[in-house]
This record gives sequence, structure tokens and C-alpha cells, in this order.
Amino acid sequence: MSDDIDDHVYLSLAEQHDQEGDARWAFGTGFEDPLHGVDTAVPDGVDGAELAAVCLALGDDALVGAQRLAQWCTRAPELEEEVALANIGLDLLGQARLLYARCGQADGTGRGEDAYAYTRDPADFRNVRLAELPDGDFAFCVVRLLVLSTWRLALFGRLASTADPVLAAVAAKGVPELTYHRQYAADWAVRLGDGTDESHRRMRAALADVVPYLDEVLDARPQFAAHADAVRQETLAVLDQVLLAAGLSLPAAPAVPGSGRQGDHTAHLAPLLAELQSVARAHPEATW
Amino acid sequence: MVTRQSALRARQVAAQVPDPELPMLTLADLGVLRDVRLTEDGTVVASLTPTYSGCPAMAEMRADVAARLRGAGFAKVEIRTVLDPPWSTDLITAHGRRTLRAYGISPPGPAPRRTAGPVPLVLGAARLAVGCPRCGSADTEETSRFSATACKSLWRCRTCREPFEHVKEL
Repeated sequence: MSDDIDDHVYLSLAEQHDQEGDARWAFGTGFEDPLHGVDTAVPDGVDGAELAAVCLALGDDALVGAQRLAQWCTRAPELEEEVALANIGLDLLGQARLLYARCGQADGTGRGEDAYAYTRDPADFRNVRLAELPDGDFAFCVVRLLVLSTWRLALFGRLASTADPVLAAVAAKGVPELTYHRQYAADWAVRLGDGTDESHRRMRAALADVVPYLDEVLDARPQFAAHADAVRQETLAVLDQVLLAAGLSLPAAPAVPGSGRQGDHTAHLAPLLAELQSVARAHPEATW
Repeated sequence: MVTRQSALRARQVAAQVPDPELPMLTLADLGVLRDVRLTEDGTVVASLTPTYSGCPAMAEMRADVAARLRGAGFAKVEIRTVLDPPWSTDLITAHGRRTLRAYGISPPGPAPRRTAGPVPLVLGAARLAVGCPRCGSADTEETSRFSATACKSLWRCRTCREPFEHVKEL
């Protein structure tokens, strides 16, 4: 890396990539390694493959979730909600970048964030299927966000003291962000569940659509085995609290077989990734 | 020769760099500039911490700090990212808070206390009382928890009728 690489974002990137003959940065969030300057050695006693699997799964949940939230732009019920959903998506995208960067260090490939986001096929993604389901109505958006943010917050709170210092720091940084996401979803769940007949009906329908994918989120083995029971309990307790206030309850429904953590996905993931990856795949060496 | 004086000067130079999104504040006002030090061989090592995981301005901040330091005559500059401990709005200085208010942005109150164990969910929680940065009235209401940037929420003053932004407690 040249001495003046930090001088100006665009000039320095152009210079860096001219030297390396690589202009893929144009597609990404862009601007080099989000863990730039962080001590990234994997400590003794931490299994690199396990760490990479956790980072990949959590990164994929966040990237796919962020993409679904971004699809609410121009479609949300009010401008304020559109801005809120976009902001929540941006937080998740930021978490995905850090997690992918860590994954590339832990799995020994040295791949950067763009390689994970733009060049993998659907079967290589490890996100839970709930994250990839199509957007549906606003009630579905609220219920999905409630489940995913509640689970993620419960897990990140515990990962904040995990043995890998980088993953621990990424998790600790995510906790206050996820606290806002969960609050947003919970407030809307109560408002809609305890609202009009129509909003209540839609919340019930959304719960019926989400519950078959709940076990997959809570199970999430094998990567999160160390925390699975405590995270499951905390998640269910918070969901109970919210649904009680909303005048709703979790319906009984059989789980859909398979798991996105093993690479089983619905037919909805491929078109989502095709759109997300289209420019990067069509013009692998393009720059502007 | 590394002198105490040049270390101080490096710190002063880095501390003057404005934030790209809130340019009335410096990175030091925001608490984003964690540390500036000189190594034995005269390299300035400046540490920055992102406000949010998705902060899109980190690369620009790194570039700005490095450019200012080089412009001030420090030939060797290294910028480090620090994630731990995470940034909190409690790190915004008293000067930064006064400046925010002077620019019509309501500064954050104390950040929520982080305790061990699960983060409690409070439904229908009473919001912090946020004073209008324009007229000082306490009769204000939140219109959205999220604003043009993730770090701010949207408010409205019922007294002077002006909308304003509030930096969220984080």
C-alpha cells in the first residue's frame, strides 16, 4: 500500500487499483477494507473455520435482510417509515461488511467483502430463509424484523464477550443498533396488532407466514451452539412480551423442513441475489 | 527526533478535521478521533472509531485526517480503525453539544446504560424530554425515530412549530 493511500478516497482508490490492476471497488460500498487498521490476527485457541462460519452466516443474514429492506424504498406507507427501514438496512449492511471482512481473514482465503457479496451463488449463502422471503405487506415487514432483530440482539449481546476480539467488537458495536431496530419493530407490532380490525388481521396473517421459519432462526446450529438455548429463551420471552401487548399470539404451525444455514433456500433467494449482483457480474473489471 | 511538541501538534492538526456529515463539528468534538500518537520513527498513528457499523464516511474521514497531517508536514501517517469500545454519543464533547445546538440540532442526552445480560425492551416507553434547539421550548414531539442519517431522529416543536433533528442517544 502506498504512503499516501489515505489522502483522498477516490484518488487514492484509483491509484491503489491502478497499481494492482484491479478496479472492482467500483461496485462495492467501496471504499476498501472496513477493518482497515484493525489488528486482525486470529488468536490462539480460536478455530478459524468455526469463526468464519459464524461470520458468514451472520453476514449473509444481514446482507439479505438489508436488501429486502432496501426494496421498501418508494413503497413504504409513509416517508418516515421508508427512511427508518432504509436506515435499519444500512446498519445491517455495515454489519455485513465487517463480518465478511472478518470471514475472509478467518477462513484463510483473504477474500474481501465484495467477493462474498457479489460472486457467490445462492447455494453458498448461509442466511436463514426468513431473511430472504419476499417483502409482502408492511405487517409482514414488521413481524419479520421483530423476529430477526430480537434474535440477533440476543445473540450479539452474548457474542460481545466471545474469544475472537474482532467478532466481539463487531457484536458489541451492533448491540445498540439492533436495540433501535427491535424497538421500531416492537412499537409497530403493538400499534398494528392493537389497532384496527384490518391491521390486526394482517398481523395475524403475517405471524402465520413467519412462524414456519421461526425454528430455523432459533435453532441456527451448528454455528451458534454455545449460545443457542439462552438466545432461544430470550427471543421467545421478548416475542411473548410484544405479542401480549399487541393482543396477538404465536400460532402453532409446522416448521418448513431444511435450513438456510446448510444452504437450503427458497426460490426467492436467487432473483434477489441476481439483482444485487447483476452489475458486478456483468462488468467484472469495470471502473468509473 | 520525536518530541513532545510535535506529538501535541499532530494531535491539534488531527483534532481540527471536520466531520463529513456534520461539518460544524470536528472529529474530536464527536469523539470519533480516539487517539493520536507519534512512534519512535516519527510516524503519526491516528485512531478513529466509526459511529455506526454502516457509517459510510469512515474512508473519507481516514483520507481527511491523513491529508491534513501530511499537509502539516508529517511525512509518515498511519490511520487505524478502533471498534472496541464502541462509540457512544456520550463521547461528544461539551463544545460539540453547544455547536450542535447553535446549528439547530438537538444534542443527545445521556446514552442508555449498558448492563450485563439481555437488553430490556420497554414498550410505549416515555421518550426523553428533548428541548427545541431554536426556541428552547420543552413542548416537542418525535415524528420519526430515524432521520436523514442513522444517528438522528426527527422532531417537531409545538411552540415555534419548527421541525428539528435530534442526535439519538447511542
